[in-house]
Amino acid sequence: MADTVVFWIAAPISVASAIAVVLARRAVHAALFLIANLFTLAVLFLVLGSEFLFVVQIIVYAGAIMVLFLFVIMLLGVDQEVSLREQLQGQRLVAALLGLGLLAEVVVAVRLGVGLHRTPLPDFAAVNKGGNVQALAHVLFNQYFLPFEVTSVLLIVAAIGAMLHGRRRMDEEETIDREQAVL
Amino acid sequence: MSHGLLLTAGQSFVDGWFNSLWVVVIAKAIIVLVFVLVAPLGVGYMEHKVLAHMQHRLGPMYAGRFHGWAQLLADGVKFVQKEDIVPSAADSGVFSLAPAVVLVPYIAIFVVIPFGKTVWAVNLDVGIFYVLAITSVSIIGIMMAGWASANKFSLIGALRAAAQLIAYELPLILAAAAVVMQAGTLSLVGIADAQHAFWYVLTQPIAFFVFMVAAIAELTRPPFDMPIADSEIIFGAFTEYTGLKFAFFLLAEYAGIVAFSAIASVLFLGGYQPILGLHIIPGFFWMSAKVGALSFFIIWLRATFPRLREDQLQRFAWVVLIPLALADIMVTGVIKVLVK
Repeated sequence: MADTVVFWIAAPISVASAIAVVLARRAVHAALFLIANLFTLAVLFLVLGSEFLFVVQIIVYAGAIMVLFLFVIMLLGVDQEVSLREQLQGQRLVAALLGLGLLAEVVVAVRLGVGLHRTPLPDFAAVNKGGNVQALAHVLFNQYFLPFEVTSVLLIVAAIGAMLHGRRRMDEEETIDREQAVL
Repeated sequence: MSHGLLLTAGQSFVDGWFNSLWVVVIAKAIIVLVFVLVAPLGVGYMEHKVLAHMQHRLGPMYAGRFHGWAQLLADGVKFVQKEDIVPSAADSGVFSLAPAVVLVPYIAIFVVIPFGKTVWAVNLDVGIFYVLAITSVSIIGIMMAGWASANKFSLIGALRAAAQLIAYELPLILAAAAVVMQAGTLSLVGIADAQHAFWYVLTQPIAFFVFMVAAIAELTRPPFDMPIADSEIIFGAFTEYTGLKFAFFLLAEYAGIVAFSAIASVLFLGGYQPILGLHIIPGFFWMSAKVGALSFFIIWLRATFPRLREDQLQRFAWVVLIPLALADIMVTGVIKVLVK
């Protein structure tokens, strides 16, 4: 009962904010609508009985990624209205076709996963017995241990790569200062 | 589907009052909201008086006759009466929404904080993780305020705030992780219960230090008040705000002090566990006393330390606090395995 009520509050907001992301003229507004959308998705995770994913969704997307999005948008000052004239020929048509393809793919994937009949969903309460975090940890660190470790290595490599690109060498820094002094 | 949402372990004291689920939810919401609106006023008054006495002043003395106890109420009335100004160049929608986005996360935190063995609204399975995630949301409100004000000082303040809050969120979470590892649960009620023998400040003093420093930085309180440095950028992201909206930001700041003091009390000072086994005095009193003591400590720091420079502030987070917290987690993990 409570779940259904919360779902029907969160779902329309989720769809509306997703559409607003695309329609918003200002970059900051689009980012803010995206935050609202990610929040409603977090609420939907909670409705499904996955508290841990609910929190992860908030801390990773709303708390970290979207803050960095906003940070970059504000720092670069991209607050003028963006021209909607397309640079690429036939972009609109291709985008619409790809969008429809993606929609069809999602529908097929969901239907294949859940089944074409209205069978009841797997019992989350049984899976979450003894706590949602414990259940998730059990699966993650037993069944999916290798993919988990490989992903973490990948992330570390990416972080080191980003750090190397962002680092400024000592001698480079000096030349920049000298150039500025000459100017 | 009756599982998942609103499913809580154990019984809180409100659950016994009513039979209907919705009445219980509404009753809990009202209790939490009233607490969030009242407790920050107490801390705000404490800040007035403590700072005043540390500077050899008296502080507020007139409002309410007795030592100016009603000063914050009078301030509230004043804020309501003030004109609500929205700068003409401002993005009025985002500008008006920002104070709410800053305040609401702090209200949401108090939903899971236990003030006694049965005094809580929701005993969430992922309690401490939820609290740390929700606090990060108020950054978005500050950035909205800074950007929508159409003021350079506001924007600089918002960017400083964002850089600082991201940097100090990491040590905050890592310090909490060490406690979670020792307690073996993420639930705040569970962590408080696990400290019935001894407080975790004894076994996790480094985590306590890191957590308190990072918490003060998250609150952008002195000595980490670079984002609202009055001598450089007026009042940072809040420069253009007046009246009730400004009051919202102030309320959020004091609610933040109460919230972080409460989390630190639960994580490190045993929460509602009594001192010296004095179970006669109820847990609510102990918890409130610990929150009050930590709030006093946070206010004390404001009167003690000068402001850190931006580069010092960033270096302190990345070079000192985060490695310290990581080392603490490593040692905690090794000891946990060895003891087992």
